[in-house]
Amino acid sequence: MKRVDKHNQTLRFILSSLAFLFLFSFQLSAQEIDSVQVRTGKKIFNANCASCHKLEGNLIGPALGGVEERRTNEWLKLWIKDNAALRASGDADAIAIFNEWNGSVMTAFPQLSDDDIDAILAYTTHGDIDKVVVAGAEEEVAEEEPSTAWMSYIVLTALLLLTLWVYFRSKNEFLKVVTTIALLLATGYYGYGALMSVGVDQGYQPIQPIAFSHKIHAGENKVDCQYCHSSAKHSKHSGIPSVNVCMNCHKSIAEVAEGTTVEYDGRTLGKEELDGEIQKIYDAIGWDKDKFQYIEGYEQKPIKWVRLHALPDFAYFNHSQHVTAGGLKCQQCHGPVEEMDEMYQHSPLTMGWCIECHRETEIDLAGNEYYKKIHEELSKKYGIEKVTVAQMGGQECGKCHY
Amino acid sequence: MKSFIKIIAVFVIVLTCSSCVDKQKRQVQYMADTDMYTPVGYETYGETADGEASVRKPVEGTIARGQVPYDYPDSQTGYEAARDSLRSPLKIQLPTDSIAQVSKKDMDNGKYLYGIYCAACHGDKGDGQGSLAQNGKILGVPNYKDRDITEGSIYHVLMYGKGIMGSHSSQINAKERWQITHYVEELRADLLK
Repeated sequence: MKRVDKHNQTLRFILSSLAFLFLFSFQLSAQEIDSVQVRTGKKIFNANCASCHKLEGNLIGPALGGVEERRTNEWLKLWIKDNAALRASGDADAIAIFNEWNGSVMTAFPQLSDDDIDAILAYTTHGDIDKVVVAGAEEEVAEEEPSTAWMSYIVLTALLLLTLWVYFRSKNEFLKVVTTIALLLATGYYGYGALMSVGVDQGYQPIQPIAFSHKIHAGENKVDCQYCHSSAKHSKHSGIPSVNVCMNCHKSIAEVAEGTTVEYDGRTLGKEELDGEIQKIYDAIGWDKDKFQYIEGYEQKPIKWVRLHALPDFAYFNHSQHVTAGGLKCQQCHGPVEEMDEMYQHSPLTMGWCIECHRETEIDLAGNEYYKKIHEELSKKYGIEKVTVAQMGGQECGKCHY
Repeated sequence: MKSFIKIIAVFVIVLTCSSCVDKQKRQVQYMADTDMYTPVGYETYGETADGEASVRKPVEGTIARGQVPYDYPDSQTGYEAARDSLRSPLKIQLPTDSIAQVSKKDMDNGKYLYGIYCAACHGDKGDGQGSLAQNGKILGVPNYKDRDITEGSIYHVLMYGKGIMGSHSSQINAKERWQITHYVEELRADLLK
């Protein structure tokens, strides 16, 4: 009998441990995340909710990470589909949260199905499961290009010494004459170049108050030039955007993406420095990025951008005439701006450069009713189908100088 | 011999002047301080003598030339009022038309401007799949078909912004806002089909 008892005990022990294991593993599998659902949820969340909510931290509405711990699933579904109806039904929680957020109205989402909302909630509960934790990004060792400046110094010194030797030590008169001629030619060449570059700022690349990269904005993110330089279409000047235009995007973009770099002033700026550059916008306009609101009573400071392209006062230039009427691409004069981390003046902006383009650019005469008559007369006068800007009068002195 | 020395001196001076090009500084500006080069009046975006910005806000109670006043307040009630009662001045009924409609020229310009100011987030079709939305820079851009919007509410949102969208009234004028509004309506109608 004793043995049977023992046997029973053992059996019971084994059975109960099995049961325990089974239960445990069952629980484990229940806790396993339905990754498909979470990913779908993330997609729906980003498309519909993310303009007002983040998982962590308040945006326009409250943070939604772990919202299921605070509210029941049924309540959330009612709220998301039509929160106004829920409030009208007298739900105390709904009215309370509405008042807590100063009566800002959340959009109703009747188009979301129950499955969609469950997916969203799975995402708010589990968070971004695909987020890869970047372990200490490897520091890039910038390869220093060997400077070649010293070579030209050596060559110059050698030439100078040679010249001195020819004049003071050598007895060969012919050599002296040849050297003199060579020197005169070189002086003329370099002197002419130096004089012709007076007032021509091609390649001018001043340090700006913010390390703004056109490459990131216009190149990688394909923001249209005129989105920021919006006055180019109507006015003489292509305006520098005021800070509220920066804030149209940078309200929600407070940090650059991981791994973004910008070449600026011979240095490579990484994420940390670039986040500081974005902070400069907030410092100028008075934006609290943690509370997601403008600071009341903040003394705003203008950002003092340094002007690159400057024509002398006696030359008239009008952006709208070229951008809207002429339909030119900005790049035609400003160069490949969408590839520039640090902006520089691409064109010489000399009169010769203007005239050259006016002589070559042809005007599309078709479909322009207003100027139909004058275009016909011009065609007759020059005996051609197409006229250039210069033939239209784009070479008259008074067009730009008056 | 003396002339040789002079030649060398000139050469050295010219070479030094032309060789040091500092791209962070402007070139030598001949006559830059005369009023032929630098205007007597303020330059656009210039500074006053006191170091303040030369651009000023219009005097209170005045309306700048070409500006169209907008009386709906930037609030939820203003939004609802604009949605229900604000109507476009561009919808014109010609004697030949059966209903009031927007001219093709306005629609074309609306499309052009939409491409510049809206498509980066809202997408070319208005489905919220613009390039900035797709690469995750700006999130939560709605599809127009999911929103109950009217011409009045579209104009109101262009004027003041909504949610994380900011005001675009400084970039586009009143007429252009209406042109964009009508193009957005057209996109929405296409999406709802």
